[in-house]
Amino acid sequence: MHVSPAESIDAMRAVAKVGFEERGLLRDTLLLTLAKSEDEKKALGACFDLFFSKPEPAQPSDPKQSTDENASASQSQPAQSSGGGQPQNLGPLAQMLLAQDPSEIAAAIANAASAASLSDIRYFTQRGIFQSRLLEQMGIQRLNDDLDELTASNPALAERLTTATDALRETVRDRVAQALLLYGREEAENLRNEILRNAPLARIEPRQVEQMRALIRQMARRLRERFSKPRKRQRRGHLDVRRTLRRNAAWGSVPFLTAWKRKHRDKPKIVALCDVSGSVARVSDFFLLLIHSLHEVVSDVRSFAFSGHLIEVSDILESKSAEEAMHDIMAKVGFGSSDYGSSLADFERQWMASLTPQTTVIVLGDARSNNLDPGADILRRISERSKRVVWLNPEGRLTWGFGDSEMPRYATFCNVVRQCATAQQLERAVTDIVATYH
Amino acid sequence: MPDHQPLVSPLASIEAVESGLASQGYIASRQIATAVYLSEQIAKPILVEGPAGVGKTELAKAIAAWRGLKVIRLQCYEGLDEAKALYEWKYAKQLLYTQILKDKLGEVLGGAATLHAALDQLHDFGDVFFSKEFVEPRPLLQALEQPKGCVLLIDEIDKSDAEFESLLLEILSDFQVSIPEFGTVAAKVPPTVILTSNSERNLGDALKRRCLHLHIGFPEQKLEERIVESRVPGISQTLRRQLVSFIHSIRTLDLKKQPSVSETIDWARVLVLLQAAELGHEMVKDTLNVLLKYESDVEAALPHVTTFVANASRQNIFG
Repeated sequence: MHVSPAESIDAMRAVAKVGFEERGLLRDTLLLTLAKSEDEKKALGACFDLFFSKPEPAQPSDPKQSTDENASASQSQPAQSSGGGQPQNLGPLAQMLLAQDPSEIAAAIANAASAASLSDIRYFTQRGIFQSRLLEQMGIQRLNDDLDELTASNPALAERLTTATDALRETVRDRVAQALLLYGREEAENLRNEILRNAPLARIEPRQVEQMRALIRQMARRLRERFSKPRKRQRRGHLDVRRTLRRNAAWGSVPFLTAWKRKHRDKPKIVALCDVSGSVARVSDFFLLLIHSLHEVVSDVRSFAFSGHLIEVSDILESKSAEEAMHDIMAKVGFGSSDYGSSLADFERQWMASLTPQTTVIVLGDARSNNLDPGADILRRISERSKRVVWLNPEGRLTWGFGDSEMPRYATFCNVVRQCATAQQLERAVTDIVATYH
Repeated sequence: MPDHQPLVSPLASIEAVESGLASQGYIASRQIATAVYLSEQIAKPILVEGPAGVGKTELAKAIAAWRGLKVIRLQCYEGLDEAKALYEWKYAKQLLYTQILKDKLGEVLGGAATLHAALDQLHDFGDVFFSKEFVEPRPLLQALEQPKGCVLLIDEIDKSDAEFESLLLEILSDFQVSIPEFGTVAAKVPPTVILTSNSERNLGDALKRRCLHLHIGFPEQKLEERIVESRVPGISQTLRRQLVSFIHSIRTLDLKKQPSVSETIDWARVLVLLQAAELGHEMVKDTLNVLLKYESDVEAALPHVTTFVANASRQNIFG
């Protein structure tokens, strides 16, 4: 979420009007002034709840603490009154704990937290160090000394202090855990996404698939925002007579102001042919997901899936959720050994007419045709009919041309050939394809 | 001036806003009331987002009706430009006047001895044809010129082009516009500005940061019952509760277009017209097309009607 200084000023003005008394109202106000979309509202709401939940973990533990201590307090009540002078030579922390003022303790924890700059916590491995820093800041050293002393002189009071200290440790631990949740979440997410972005798509674990889908959706949003800008551009040099006359009517149509013809840029038209056999399937899955979430940017996408033969899968992808769609597609054409020649022939026979000079054809596959006829001449005809042919290969460049790989033969007819094994490479490839239309 | 006073006072508190809107038949949630209150207190426009038919446009009308102000509405669409939104010169009038005044001009300039003097005289009233009389104010300029202030409703801003958004920025933050020929026009009384959007495209950050962002979603059951109560007075309590509970179950389905508040109200009116006392599943099936606007949605909902109606009537017993 981005909050500019102007926005924080506005928020402060708004908060000044409504006051701090009512938490619900404060929450509404901040949501109105700071958040700028529904997603942001949700995120900010959650953040607000988390931040202001501070008193909550203290409260539930406090009653427990105080019931524990009420029990012990009722027993030690006389002891305390008798040893009234005793706490005098104790440290401030020990005195505070014995006084059992929850708000004072909470304030002390908050002070210690800001002194130890708890808001810098990023990773869960830092929990221990921040806990000890917090306790140190509060004077745990002195407290331990006091405890040692008291055990010798006043065992009853020492016991009370020990329980109070334990409760304090617990509260501090909760506080640090909450801070980690609040401040560390984003960092942890960034780290995870960074790793995921560079992991080979074909080999990610099943439990990461959902995360990867989320990442791909994020990519799609980024691409949409970048490329869905209006596609109008003035073309100086060609006068728009009609609009010029209209604009200059006030001067008896003497053309003081000129209007120029505008040119509409084409939206990309994409035909995607995806190999869904074996190890390429996972990559195709993510690729199709990405391409089909680019509605605003790409006007026309037709997708085809193949292994042994080729079918159109646009409708399946449009009407079903990502998971179901992929399942359907695999049931229809997956699990065969790939035959590029006959798949390309299928395409030429039925859908060749759908190619126009504005179409970009994207082929995603490892080009391993099991020593069958690669049908490279069909790819040549495809490339003649279309604007560009882009081949995305999940395999590394080193392996192209070895074994049954026909990549070099296909590469002749492709405008661009690139490796596409990770989410990052996928994003770059799609960005380049869309950018050629702008 | 005497009626200027009550314009300010009704916005004393959030509760006052809530009851004021309620007096116009608009039952506002706490969030909406807070937004309206704050927008007046810190003089900021409200950007309202949400699905179609939850009362975004209605909110502007209710505010206007309650405070006795005029609504000036600017409906956005692709290709809307400043000539249609802000102001335009009355070309025909300018032309006509130059023709009529031709002789007069000759007379005036005839008095001048030299060409230079004539030019000086011409300069003196050269701006005559680019003065206020020849400006055709469009909604935005009209809104600024209202002596008592008004509610400016910029409807479906997401339908307009990105350039138009930039045009709005000056109005939204400073309540003024600059017209090259005669300078800056500032609002006499800053209007209450409401922008609505269906999130068809992402609005620019510059626009968003100048507004309070309010999201109106589908209301909770209690709130929706109150809305129906205020909008459809003839409806019995039993029917109202069943109907709202039924609609809430419908919204849990996967539909192309979820029924929103306006559809709830329409449906309630239909049922009152048909003199229904309770929700029966035959009647629901017959009138489902009021609620759902796609054939596929109706088909998706039909199998569930009986269960939902049963649930709704059970709700009534315990609720």
